[in-house]
Amino acid sequence: MSLGRPVIVRRMLLLSIPLLVVLLAAVYLGMSIGSTGVDLRAVARSLAGGLSDDPTLGTIIWQIRFPRALLAALIGATLSLGGLVFQAILRNPLAEPYILGISGGAAIGAISGILLGLSRFPGVSLTSFAGSMATLLVLMLIAGTRSMVQNNRLLLSGVMVNAFCGAVIMFLISITQDSRLHNIIFWMMGDLSLADMHQVTILGITVLPCFLFIFYLAHAMNVLLLGQEMAQSMGFDVRIIVSLLLVVTSLMVSATVSHCGLVGFVGLVIPHLFRLLLGADHRLLVPACLLGGGAYMVLCDILARTLPSHGEMPAGVVTALIGAPLFIYLLKRTER
Amino acid sequence: MKPAVEVRKLAYRYGRSPVLQDLSFAIGSGAFFIILGPNGSGKTTLMKILAGHLRPQRGNVFILGKNIRGYSRRQLACRMAYLPQLTRLDFPMSVRDLVLMGRSPHLGMLGLETEEDHRLAENAMRYTNVLPLADRRMDQLSGGEQQRVLIARAICQQPQIVLLDEPTAALDLAHQVAVMDLMERLKQEKNITVVMISHDVNLAAMYADRLLLLKDGGILGIGPPCEVLHHQRLEKAYGCPVLVTESPLGGYLRITPVPRRFRKQAPGAPPADP
Repeated sequence: MSLGRPVIVRRMLLLSIPLLVVLLAAVYLGMSIGSTGVDLRAVARSLAGGLSDDPTLGTIIWQIRFPRALLAALIGATLSLGGLVFQAILRNPLAEPYILGISGGAAIGAISGILLGLSRFPGVSLTSFAGSMATLLVLMLIAGTRSMVQNNRLLLSGVMVNAFCGAVIMFLISITQDSRLHNIIFWMMGDLSLADMHQVTILGITVLPCFLFIFYLAHAMNVLLLGQEMAQSMGFDVRIIVSLLLVVTSLMVSATVSHCGLVGFVGLVIPHLFRLLLGADHRLLVPACLLGGGAYMVLCDILARTLPSHGEMPAGVVTALIGAPLFIYLLKRTER
Repeated sequence: MKPAVEVRKLAYRYGRSPVLQDLSFAIGSGAFFIILGPNGSGKTTLMKILAGHLRPQRGNVFILGKNIRGYSRRQLACRMAYLPQLTRLDFPMSVRDLVLMGRSPHLGMLGLETEEDHRLAENAMRYTNVLPLADRRMDQLSGGEQQRVLIARAICQQPQIVLLDEPTAALDLAHQVAVMDLMERLKQEKNITVVMISHDVNLAAMYADRLLLLKDGGILGIGPPCEVLHHQRLEKAYGCPVLVTESPLGGYLRITPVPRRFRKQAPGAPPADP
């Protein structure tokens, strides 16, 4: 019954292509910057296959910096999208996996997995997923399904769940004596320094189908903004859509957490920025958050690598330093 | 001609307390049908069942001649639009985007609207006189404007039936009449069946072709306003003495609730303290 070309597709392309360029530029920059300084031309020469004179630099670029930039991009994309989905489902612009404690639950699961001596994949990923689902369940029980849509009760419950998760993590750390301790602490704060292609592949295989699935439900998320009754009267089964979104989002967030630890506030900064720029249409916001969030995280990781004069700091520190003040600003604004 | 909505021996209860009991009635195609009744009489439950949000526990509901259980949500949405009571939107969304969402049931999962869909949305906005607001944000509009936008959304859905739950509740006099006029036009020009819950007996008397008066989940009266709006029946329904007179505009009834200090003089009203 519909004639002509969908109007929205053109807008999606007009938006995605520049953002993809930004993402690629960020990855390129990530590959160029290291402890030896910035060398933009080396990557270009290496891409052209002309780096045979310096095989060490080639190895550093392709074995260390490239997987790290890719991992950062995947993490940023996942966390931004996770924030976007939670904000749409809960109809609260302040919702985010980290603030709601979902990431914390995943971290408890992951640390338990590490302490049990499980392999990173699939062992730790599974315990991490179990942890995030458990927190989601607890959160919904505390907040009550009725107040899912209204707001601050859920947010407060999330803050409490997050605090509790923090305490459990500290407890787990305090009973750990051996060399795993340093690893756990660094991992927890969002450490990307151990990235390799194998890890990137596994995470990619886990989260890319989730991205596609969530994009498929992007228009359903638009309609959800109108409230449950109106969404149902437009032919959407709200209960099924919300459950699917919650499970898929928790799955991809916990997969990310099990690989890189706790990186906070990305899911707040990026969706908010794009909502200001693009409005409320999730068919634009989903690709924007994926590409823009990926680029943002790559840049944060570059800062984490270059800011300290000795060594580096976890990327989660950078995202929190930027994100926490913004969260307070948003909270002030919504109070009005 | 098949009725737009037919309800047969419908019953519904929340837990152990019955809300609707053995309801049977039909709404003719192209009618302006208004459901009246005091708070807690089961109006909203009835409307939620008609809209497909609640499943009838006993009895059957037929929409356009087909049992409501036989429709998928999407099929139902292509035939019937529903406006719940006015709620505020937390997210800034443009009027145009919201109205365009009315196309969703006719499109695929991603809701990829074509030029044609945009044109339908513009027509709907023109119809409810909100086209000048198309690029404004919903949270910047007044209650009356928001309601007209939501009605445009319903029109854009191209339904045969529109269900409305107290669409005039939060509006001032002018906007109340504007919304009711709009629904009347919709019925006359597009032959859409309008089913509405209202607390405003006078608006109902002015606009409805048929009224349903509910009390404790049962039918107290059904038919044209001049038959249903009898003062004894209204007093039984609302538990408050009323005066029913001819409106000075002529052609329909006017209902005046009688304040305590007038109850002795009011003709046709029972004594003040029974």
